[in-house]
Amino acid sequence: MSADRRTLAPFGRRRVPIVDRCEYGSYVVLRCLDEAGPAPRPGQFYMLAAAEAWGGGEGERPFLPRAFSVLRATPESELHFLLEAVGPGTKRLGALAEGEELWLAGPFGVGFAPPAEQRRPLLVGGGVGIAPLAIWQDELGLDATVLLGFRDAAHAEGAAVLAEARLATDDGSVGHRGLVTDLLIQELDHTDDARAAVYACGPPPMLEAVRALCAERGVPAQLALESGMACGYGACFGCVVPTRAGYVRLCLEGPVLDAELLETALIPGTGHG
Amino acid sequence: MSVRFCGIELAHPIINGSGTFDAIAARRAFGDTLLDEFPFAAFVSKTVTVEPRQGNPPPRLWEVAGGLINSIGLPNKGLDGYLAQDLPELARLPVPLIVNVMGFTREEVARLVAAFAEREEVAALELNVSCPNVETGLIMGADPRETAALVTRVRPLTTKPIVVKLTPNATDPAAVAAAAEASGADAVSLINTLRGMALHPRTREPWLGGRTGGVSGAAVRSIALAQVSAVANRVAIPVVGMGGVQSGGDAADVLDAGATLVAVGTESFRDPAAACRISRELESLDRGQARPPDETPKQ
Ligand SMILES: Cc1cc2nc3c(=O)[nH]c(=O)nc-3n(C[C@H](O)[C@H](O)[C@H](O)COP(=O)(O)O)c2cc1C
Ligand code: FES
Repeated sequence: MSADRRTLAPFGRRRVPIVDRCEYGSYVVLRCLDEAGPAPRPGQFYMLAAAEAWGGGEGERPFLPRAFSVLRATPESELHFLLEAVGPGTKRLGALAEGEELWLAGPFGVGFAPPAEQRRPLLVGGGVGIAPLAIWQDELGLDATVLLGFRDAAHAEGAAVLAEARLATDDGSVGHRGLVTDLLIQELDHTDDARAAVYACGPPPMLEAVRALCAERGVPAQLALESGMACGYGACFGCVVPTRAGYVRLCLEGPVLDAELLETALIPGTGHG
Repeated sequence: MSVRFCGIELAHPIINGSGTFDAIAARRAFGDTLLDEFPFAAFVSKTVTVEPRQGNPPPRLWEVAGGLINSIGLPNKGLDGYLAQDLPELARLPVPLIVNVMGFTREEVARLVAAFAEREEVAALELNVSCPNVETGLIMGADPRETAALVTRVRPLTTKPIVVKLTPNATDPAAVAAAAEASGADAVSLINTLRGMALHPRTREPWLGGRTGGVSGAAVRSIALAQVSAVANRVAIPVVGMGGVQSGGDAADVLDAGATLVAVGTESFRDPAAACRISRELESLDRGQARPPDETPKQ
């Protein structure tokens, strides 16, 4: 794995202040100031926990930190994270206000690899999975085409974190009615397959559709996957995903994996808040 | 805070629980600062078996109140893979190495012990006895006679210290500890994880790929303390206590219950450098010298 896809993390976790919280429809963007940390690579992730009152929520959880792909990193050492309050961890994090603090460890994992010469990056995101595509777009610039899918209009407000995205919604309230993969097929039909490189992150069924489509058309794809994680740095062996090379720890070998490595992107046990 | 454990000089009493810290992986994530600030006074490696194992199918984790259930299933490269790939790297750690082994028969355990007996990189061996003996069907560490037979079989194979890692899923862990001691074990460690289960929120089938798993973390701390205390009162050999330790105060409890060393497991998931913090906190506590094990009162 090339070194430029992995920025090493400082050892241990650090306490960082939240400097801004804002809502985009169904999503919250938390901005924190990580002055002790290095600049992450697009696609890397962090383990986050509220510094206070982590625990004692629904079912007396959360207990473990939660993994979040970095949404954006600024030259002023701000890290931005996108979240949707769906379980005890994301609810607690989503309730944090400016001035409160996070425990943060990372950056972890390996990020996206740049497209081969002559290939045009197509960024395909679904739901909260759009997060790593924003920092990747920041780096690639506006040559990258961005296609995003959401459930409905409230979720589609999240698209504002990226620039110039084409949208699809399940209910047709914004953009194309249907799947983001419909948009991907259109784009690929307009591009020579030999000149496209796909980067995708989103819910497992979406990723699986992207994987199958790219495999069929011979388009290289990198998928940022999700898996239940306890530690984020290879300690627990809890985050494995099945690949053609056997189980791999997603926090160590991913979260970005070459689609070719996967027989399926339908990872057991994902989507649990 | 330096402490002697089975003849091994350690800088402080905090080590890791087997399978809860992968020093090789952590070095990939954190780089060499990990070695400069290495959190444990000795490193216990993840359980090694004779044959390579993939581990259990995912999902492997479920969060519970104050802890988690894991069904990792002991993935490892097998004895040959460990000797060729892991041991050379682990030998470069700045602390003594304790290798944790498990076999499905006594002969498998014997093979593992004999193989590591020859390796000078290895300071001590820990026997994970939380698995069934496929020949007798009994969990090796759940029954004093099974444990005695196992330790008796492997004891002559090495002069290195043998630590028996007890399972808490036994009727009387102290009786198992006494059997291990009588058969020549140099120390015991406890607790391993407690059997637990979670159901899938929708399908109502077991959530974990291995159906059941092991509970660890803060949730098991009081159970661990009771078992450490019972065992330390029963045996004269040193005890490594673990289970839900999150702070220097928790570590002090385990030491005051009779342990010589304290292992940190799940808390390292929440904070990779948790053990550094715990040993700092322990040092700053104004507590008397931990009792040497031979002064531990007997029942
Ligand atoms: C994810 C995970 C993997 C573990 N793997 C092993 C193992 O390979 N061998 C072993 O003897 N114990 C293993 N354990 C048990 C721990 O070493 C320790 O006994 C237990 O977790 C209690 O300590 P804790 O509450 O501090 O985690 C594992 C525990 C966890 C949580
Ligand atoms: S999350 Fe612990 S090994 Fe990947």
